[in-house]
Amino acid sequence: MTDLVGRLLRTPQGAIGCTLILLLAVACVAGPWIAPKDPEAIDFLGRFRPIGAENWLGADQLGRDVFSRLLVGARSTVPMALAATLLGTVVGAVVGTTSAHLGGRLDEAIMRTIDAVMAVPGLLLALLLVGTLGNGSGNAVIAIAVAFAPGMARVTRSVALAVRNQEYVKAAVARGEGGAWIVFREMLPNVMAPVVIEATIRVAFAVMLFATLSFLGLGAQPPSPEWGLMVAEARQYVHQAPWVLIAPSLAIALTAIAFNLVGDGLRDALNPRHER
Amino acid sequence: MSFGWLLGRSASIVYTILVVSILVFGITQVLPADAAVTLLGENATPEALAAVRTRLGLDDPYWLQYLHWIGRVVVGDFGTSMRTGQPVGPEMFAALGRSLILAVSAILLMLVVAVPLGMAAALNQGRFADTATSLVSFVGIAFPEFVTATLLALVFADTLQWLPATGWVAPGESAGGFLSHLALPALTASVVLVAHVVRMVRSETLDVLHSDYIRAARLKGVPEGRVLVGHALRNALLPVVTIVALDVGYLLGGIIVIEEIFAIPGIGRQLMVAITARDLPSIQAGALIMAATYALTNTLADMAYTVLDKRIRYD
Repeated sequence: MTDLVGRLLRTPQGAIGCTLILLLAVACVAGPWIAPKDPEAIDFLGRFRPIGAENWLGADQLGRDVFSRLLVGARSTVPMALAATLLGTVVGAVVGTTSAHLGGRLDEAIMRTIDAVMAVPGLLLALLLVGTLGNGSGNAVIAIAVAFAPGMARVTRSVALAVRNQEYVKAAVARGEGGAWIVFREMLPNVMAPVVIEATIRVAFAVMLFATLSFLGLGAQPPSPEWGLMVAEARQYVHQAPWVLIAPSLAIALTAIAFNLVGDGLRDALNPRHER
Repeated sequence: MSFGWLLGRSASIVYTILVVSILVFGITQVLPADAAVTLLGENATPEALAAVRTRLGLDDPYWLQYLHWIGRVVVGDFGTSMRTGQPVGPEMFAALGRSLILAVSAILLMLVVAVPLGMAAALNQGRFADTATSLVSFVGIAFPEFVTATLLALVFADTLQWLPATGWVAPGESAGGFLSHLALPALTASVVLVAHVVRMVRSETLDVLHSDYIRAARLKGVPEGRVLVGHALRNALLPVVTIVALDVGYLLGGIIVIEEIFAIPGIGRQLMVAITARDLPSIQAGALIMAATYALTNTLADMAYTVLDKRIRYD
């Protein structure tokens, strides 16, 4: 494990990505304490104050400090994306591994159905679900998780098919272990590596998707400093204060870039052909 | 492409639509909103509500409601919009047409940009052009549509005032107006596609350039331009067809946001309006049509593949 982290940090993508994620983690954990100002403090004299010493990233339509809002907003954005990815990955990994373990016609039927579900664009599926469950961050997380699960199931299954024919799985079958034991104890731990890479890259999509839902008014609700919501609120004041819009936009993009970089780095670090 | 293969693909499209219809119906039917209340308003009398429920079959068991619905969909009747009182089908298909114009423009724009860029990166492997291209594509992938759309509108519509920020002009109405209104949405939709496909074209071109037949062509003295265009490009582009087809799903999702931001009356915007208004027939029809479009596109891509690559035959 430490070996993997070392190899990850030796790849340039991994090093940059991990640094960015570390900064994000600090913002998520300590955001409210390190923020230079109160993110909710309204200051009408400071409306649309440009970038400067007073407000490092300017102030918004209510005179609230954009930098402080970004810092505090990290925890309404990034952990949500992580939770959604985790949930979707777990569900997808269990379904995919089970399908590979069952094999034959059942596997075929499950995979055909998953292919069919994947014909619904992820964002549309998430929109339909949030429309049903109601607006809010929690429901947006569930919706994204459901939208991710079929794709993760597909990835996991393709890995699990190879694992299924390994001796230790055959040994477990020969011992007469139950299906649940074989899926959870023998197969799942051994499909995790490629699944983790895929999941890391998906966190980037989850960040984007969650921000999109909030942007459309279906995820986080005002006055939350969620980044997608900040972009939505800043749009009508873009003439007076473009920085209010640009700052959260870049925060979303940087977060997505960070997870993409780490995913890419992990792929290099885990790829045996790139062994140095 | 044998008859049997076509039959199999048709069966899988039908199965896809069946699964999606159950999924969409299942999700929308548990919507907390009561369709009768949506239709008549909060102040309707219980008798009137009961009458409407009976008329719409809302008291029937779910499976019966589903069968009624899908039975009508099969003959092309998607029901009546609860918001406008108009038939849903014609409205949705007209909207789909506008969305497809947007999607096809985005794909064309992507091909024009991504193919030369990807090839150039491959030919300059490891040099500045290559690094710059992969950097740009890395950044491009990280921008969700709503961010790209707002930033592009900020630059080209609000600041420079070169292009209109919102709206749609039919191509028959005014060609100039049509193109200028299409420019920003198509550009937005193409950004992620370009970022994705550039990487694909680059790695495919690299693979092809290291193959034996390219070396053979060079050794027998074929001019470099013909090696690249005649021999390498064609084979490097093959996998791109599949990627583009798979990206259509992503594109259709992105189009929902793009149409919402640029106020384009396409299927994505119809869906957003329907979801906000809890207009069940419109939501069901829109989602079903979108999924069917995706399934069809992928089949068409597979067919195009066999035409482009004679080595592949589906039996």
